[in-house]
Amino acid sequence: MSLEKKPKKKMSFSHAIFEKNPIILLVGILITVSIGGLVEIAPLFYLENTIEKVKGVRPYTPLELAGRNVYIREGCYNCHSQMIRSTRDEVERYGHYSLAAESMYDHPFQWGSKRTGPDLARVGNKYSDEWHREHMNDPRAVVPESIMPGYPFLAKADLDFNLISYDLKANQMVGVPYSEAQITYASADLKAQLDEYSDGYDAFMERYPTAQVRDFDGNPNKISELDALIAYMQMLGTLVDFSIYNAKENNR
Amino acid sequence: MSNEPEYDEITDTYTTGHEWDGVKELDTPMPRWWLWTLYATIIWAVGYWIAMPAWPLVSDYTKGVLGYSQRDVVAAQLNEAKEARKIYAERLLSADLETIENNQDLLEFSMASGKAVFGDNCAGCHGSGASGAKGYPNLNDDDWLWGGSLDEIHETITVGIRGVHEDTRLSDMPAFLTDEFLDEGQIKDVAAYVTALSDKSVTAPAGSLEIYQENCAACHGEDATGNKEFGAPNLADSIWLFGDDQQSLISTISYSRKGVMPSWAGRLDPATIKALAVYIHTLGGGE
Repeated sequence: MSLEKKPKKKMSFSHAIFEKNPIILLVGILITVSIGGLVEIAPLFYLENTIEKVKGVRPYTPLELAGRNVYIREGCYNCHSQMIRSTRDEVERYGHYSLAAESMYDHPFQWGSKRTGPDLARVGNKYSDEWHREHMNDPRAVVPESIMPGYPFLAKADLDFNLISYDLKANQMVGVPYSEAQITYASADLKAQLDEYSDGYDAFMERYPTAQVRDFDGNPNKISELDALIAYMQMLGTLVDFSIYNAKENNR
Repeated sequence: MSNEPEYDEITDTYTTGHEWDGVKELDTPMPRWWLWTLYATIIWAVGYWIAMPAWPLVSDYTKGVLGYSQRDVVAAQLNEAKEARKIYAERLLSADLETIENNQDLLEFSMASGKAVFGDNCAGCHGSGASGAKGYPNLNDDDWLWGGSLDEIHETITVGIRGVHEDTRLSDMPAFLTDEFLDEGQIKDVAAYVTALSDKSVTAPAGSLEIYQENCAACHGEDATGNKEFGAPNLADSIWLFGDDQQSLISTISYSRKGVMPSWAGRLDPATIKALAVYIHTLGGGE
């Protein structure tokens, strides 16, 4: 070990420049982060083959959108994911793996990864409305081993849909192709989806041809939060017709 | 604050040149193993770019020499599973349900696969032991709404009851109170009448027989044993799907129940539905 070591030579480029100048450090961070962002996000907007070609996905009806708001408000995503991964066990249990196109009108998406409860991406039409009503009221009435909390108040709570057309409008602003008519008649459409004998039914079906129409909470005299939530649950994962879906063409 | 690194004899290292209140910092180099790990990850990343799908280009992305795709992997896995089951699936599809149940081999396969499918899809309503719940029939007993033969069970699973399938099983019991066929007093009487059929401690009120014959007998039968054509339940036994107390019965007659079972065609493949039908038929109550 020599005791006559000399001080290190100064390199022409030193990290000390970043350490001593906060502005330069900031610019350096911005450049680094934007490279990551550009490489990961930008191609999704221009690469044709990152967009799946599927038929059937439509924007949410006002009632479903209101139900989705209840879903988010109650924090359902804390225990339920909406993303069937492309692995054999998931596909065999839940159905076809989720496609990106299926959440194209989700703002924000509800994919999640926390699964205290089962995945809900394809729960639509898997259970009856009555089952959902009982299950929301007391989950253990239908699934004895469930640890889900009950949501009995949803059936009693009037759905507040005064601002539903603004909800559609907000979604339109972030790219959901709602028509002006869909926005204008949002609250009429919301009521029409609950009653196939209502005056607004035909106009509603014209605007949302594949929507399911019925009284979801079993109480025709009330538009409850449960109505909206079950309407949302019952359409989850049902939009894409997989019998005409070309898996090969959409392979990634 | 000195800016010149100084040599520290004790540790044989230079300082960073920084000094705060007399405290100086040694410019200890990063451990070798750490640096080499960093370099290794960088080399790994370059290898990964070459092997796996990685970089976006102008109109496409680099596919990588391995051509890996998670969707291909799962398709292959599913295909493999399908191949493994193929021998059975083909035999299940070509055989009729009776034959499946009488063939030891196919029966064993159906029992195993039916049990798994039942757990994933049916247990939510009918319970993991298929013993049912209020509003969801017990599948272990011999009381069937739409019929308990192999073919009838198979049909019910396929099309569902008031489900989304176009040929779904459908029947429409009127809501006798809201549709104004009967008043509350008459409903109370007829509820007592059907209870009295199986519960001898109850006596049918006077006139209730006439109400029954006029309003209910067309579907449930004059002897009240039901009709599986319309999914009309047997009212003469003591099995009550929606509860056996008077209040439940009155509610059923007043507002009608219209239970729903989802259609499983499309969700489950035909061979699986056959296996499931056989599984349910063997649970104990099959006709």
